[in-house]
Amino acid sequence: MDDRTTVDRTTIEVPETTAQSPMGLAVPPERHRLALSPLNRRRWESFKANVRGYFAFWAFIVLFVISLFAEFIANDRPIYVRYDGRSYFPVFVTYPETAFGGDFETAADYRDPFLQQLISEKGGFMIWPPIRYSYNTHNLDLPTPAPSKPTWLLTEEQCKAVVERKGLSGCRDLEYNWLGTDDQGRDVVARLIYGFRISVLFGLALTTISSIIGVAAGAVQGYFGGWTDLLFQRFIEIWTSVPSLYLLLIISSVLVPGFFVLLGILLLFSWVSLVGLVRAEFLRGRNFEYIQAARALGVSNRVIMFRHLLPNAMVATMTFLPFILSSSVMTLTALDFLGFGLPPGSPSLGEMLSQAKANIQAPWLGLSGFITVATMLSLLIFIGEAVRDAFDPRKTFG
Amino acid sequence: MEAPLARLLEVTELSIAFRQGQRETLAVDRVSFSVKKGETVALVGESGSGKSVTALSILKLLPYPAAHHPSGSIRFKGQELLTLREDEIRHVRGNDITIIFQEPMTSLNPLHTIEKQIGEILLLHQGLVGEPARARTLELLTQTGIPDPQTRLKSYPHQLSGGQRQRVMIAMALANEPDLLIADEPTTALDVTVQAQILRLLKEIQTRLGMAMLFITHDLGIVRKLADTVCVMKQGRIVETGAVERVFTQPQHEYTRALLAAEPKPDPAPVRPEAQVVVETNDLKVWFPIKRGVMRSVVGHIKAVDGVSITVRQGETLGVVGESGSGKTTLGLAILRLISSDGPIVFFGSSLSGLSFREMRPFRHHMQIVFQDPYGSLSPRMSVSDIIEEGLRVHHPKLSKAEHEERVIRALGQVGLDPETRFRYPHEFSGGQRQRIAVARAIVLEPTFVVLDEPTSALDMIIQAQMVELLRELQKRCNLTYMFISHDLRVVAALASRLLVMRHGKVVEEGPAAALFKQPKSDYTRALFAAAFKLETAPEGVVAE
Repeated sequence: MDDRTTVDRTTIEVPETTAQSPMGLAVPPERHRLALSPLNRRRWESFKANVRGYFAFWAFIVLFVISLFAEFIANDRPIYVRYDGRSYFPVFVTYPETAFGGDFETAADYRDPFLQQLISEKGGFMIWPPIRYSYNTHNLDLPTPAPSKPTWLLTEEQCKAVVERKGLSGCRDLEYNWLGTDDQGRDVVARLIYGFRISVLFGLALTTISSIIGVAAGAVQGYFGGWTDLLFQRFIEIWTSVPSLYLLLIISSVLVPGFFVLLGILLLFSWVSLVGLVRAEFLRGRNFEYIQAARALGVSNRVIMFRHLLPNAMVATMTFLPFILSSSVMTLTALDFLGFGLPPGSPSLGEMLSQAKANIQAPWLGLSGFITVATMLSLLIFIGEAVRDAFDPRKTFG
Repeated sequence: MEAPLARLLEVTELSIAFRQGQRETLAVDRVSFSVKKGETVALVGESGSGKSVTALSILKLLPYPAAHHPSGSIRFKGQELLTLREDEIRHVRGNDITIIFQEPMTSLNPLHTIEKQIGEILLLHQGLVGEPARARTLELLTQTGIPDPQTRLKSYPHQLSGGQRQRVMIAMALANEPDLLIADEPTTALDVTVQAQILRLLKEIQTRLGMAMLFITHDLGIVRKLADTVCVMKQGRIVETGAVERVFTQPQHEYTRALLAAEPKPDPAPVRPEAQVVVETNDLKVWFPIKRGVMRSVVGHIKAVDGVSITVRQGETLGVVGESGSGKTTLGLAILRLISSDGPIVFFGSSLSGLSFREMRPFRHHMQIVFQDPYGSLSPRMSVSDIIEEGLRVHHPKLSKAEHEERVIRALGQVGLDPETRFRYPHEFSGGQRQRIAVARAIVLEPTFVVLDEPTSALDMIIQAQMVELLRELQKRCNLTYMFISHDLRVVAALASRLLVMRHGKVVEEGPAAALFKQPKSDYTRALFAAAFKLETAPEGVVAE
């Protein structure tokens, strides 16, 4: 029998709300700027109810915030230097070596034993981040040829040369590379932290900009319809049928790839992902009676699109955002892997994976890269699933 | 007392509750009624009163286990239905008891022909296939009075009109000659003229087959015409049961009295032949092109509004009536320039045709619209105060926030809502209250001309009468001019000073309402009035099938 009718019948009328209790309203109906609307509160509750997504959300936020402070965790410059009664903050400021009594005008290399000696001679001290490598610091005291094993896996035999040279007692006293080094002697942990940050920031930037463009394009198409829609749709069809990966390879071999160049190139193709969705929402929404009512009030097209229609489309957009974010991250990683991504020397997860491919004998590269990428993408997917559930009207309205 | 078998269906102390997460809502609270053989029992009540849920529970069509019955029993021919297993109840459904629904569009599968859909039931319950099934299907369709049943066999639902679809539904319901037919608002989605035809058909079939009927409706007119016994439901309880004549002439319960008194009182606005002309159109046309072929060349037009000339004077109410598809809503939208049209529209002496959206804006201040659907016409994401204030922001951008607020409060007061509720969202209000918000949004700009597009048809009877009162009061207080579009002639009769009868985009008849209601000139208007007021069908050919 007719399912829809059956369901409709079961929804009981929303109770009257003007009926007040004899005591009057318990809480005066005041509106706060920051207060969530009841609908959003219900969504937030529903999001929290998805335990996996909720934990993934917090885990991701924690990781992201930590990686934002990467300079304070893994850096080849100390956070604070006390020298000759004065304070220096090498994390923020580049000081010349001469500032610490050295001979050159070049930037001070705080890892240099000579400089360390200069500072300690004047009764100064340095506060280091927990990891004393930055993403581009070459470990000059590698016990084995790069890529070098994680320090805790080295045998005393392998350490011997460095240990003797530095006058230490054994492997345990060496400066640790917790996950080993890559093929240029750079610390893997430091590169992972910076790589995670740049991937997420790139993904966020790409997602934000392409969503803004996509939503705007979809909104215009859907709202105005007709010829605007027709021409735009045909253009998008042609545009999306361009094999984007090859074009990306060609463009990135002509232009010097950098963060913003890559962002621009990827943007050329990623903005279309939301257009169809938003267009459909606007096409549906523009015939709602409250849109007609707003037009009858003389409200301008722009205001109608922003105030009345956009919130409708935002539900669909929000649902898709985490997935777009993860696919942006994936695209960047893929380009880096192929060597067409960020410029050489940048901390990139894709580059680490391609190094792992070239150095099968160094499994720590592949394992660390894989686990980082897999964790990041899984977290994003879990969050995405939870967001999708939270925005699902059938779930929201019980 | 009558013999036990004479009582076909006996519902005693039936309760229905719904679980929604942790919450439990009691939709029906211990109702009892019975249906005798060949009798028509009507369940009347407002939306949400539990009448449909009661009917559906007889066939166990509720979404179990979310729905459950805390108490009660349903006995059909002495057999308890509530405890029947799913496969046993399936024998009862469609065989002994059948049901027809309100919405004929969604009750039929759009992908199957009529023959297949009726044939399926014959196959399921009687094992008929091939030629006998076909013959029986044809016989059933002929019984329902569908024109040209032979060709209809091969039709798909979309090729039929609403009334024809409902006839097919009835044919399906009758396929196994049930003892009881449950009709759940079978005519609510239909035009009045078609409604009259369907009701007559049901009555005829009932007398012929001697089956009992449980008729669910909110329309008291239908009850009076059709039913033998009536049960009045309110908030899940039956407040009054009795023979129709007795209930209508001597209602016992105050709610029944309120329902009967809910008929909007006729007190139309006066005709003012000397007043200033507010809106005038001359030969107004809204034609939608039909495009065919590869080159999308225009092969014809759908003439939604085809040469309509109207004159509305200040303080009058122009009632626009007609069946669905007659172009009355399109006419209203065209006058407000919300869709493009052809032909002059003059508003207080200035021509509106050809003005751009921006040029129209100063006029929008003076002309407003209230829509039919109180659920669709308010943005669910804006608070009531924002919704009402929106027009003020456009037309009085210089006024301060406090002044805007003051006007919003005043408008809410005028429509009889507590201004303290203005920070709430539309979903917290009932249908009637939402419609009041929509009216407040229109009148906050202090317009002179308001198009009311079926503002009462989605509302319950009692609320409808209140709405009519409110509109009348506002008209008197603010000297408003209305264009009242409705298919509900009783409401129009209560408000309109002049009447415009439309059909197929053309004006059939026009004139002062009082005279027109008394003496309609055209056959079509007469048929419309007969169907609306007396639920009588017109002679062949006057109205559509």
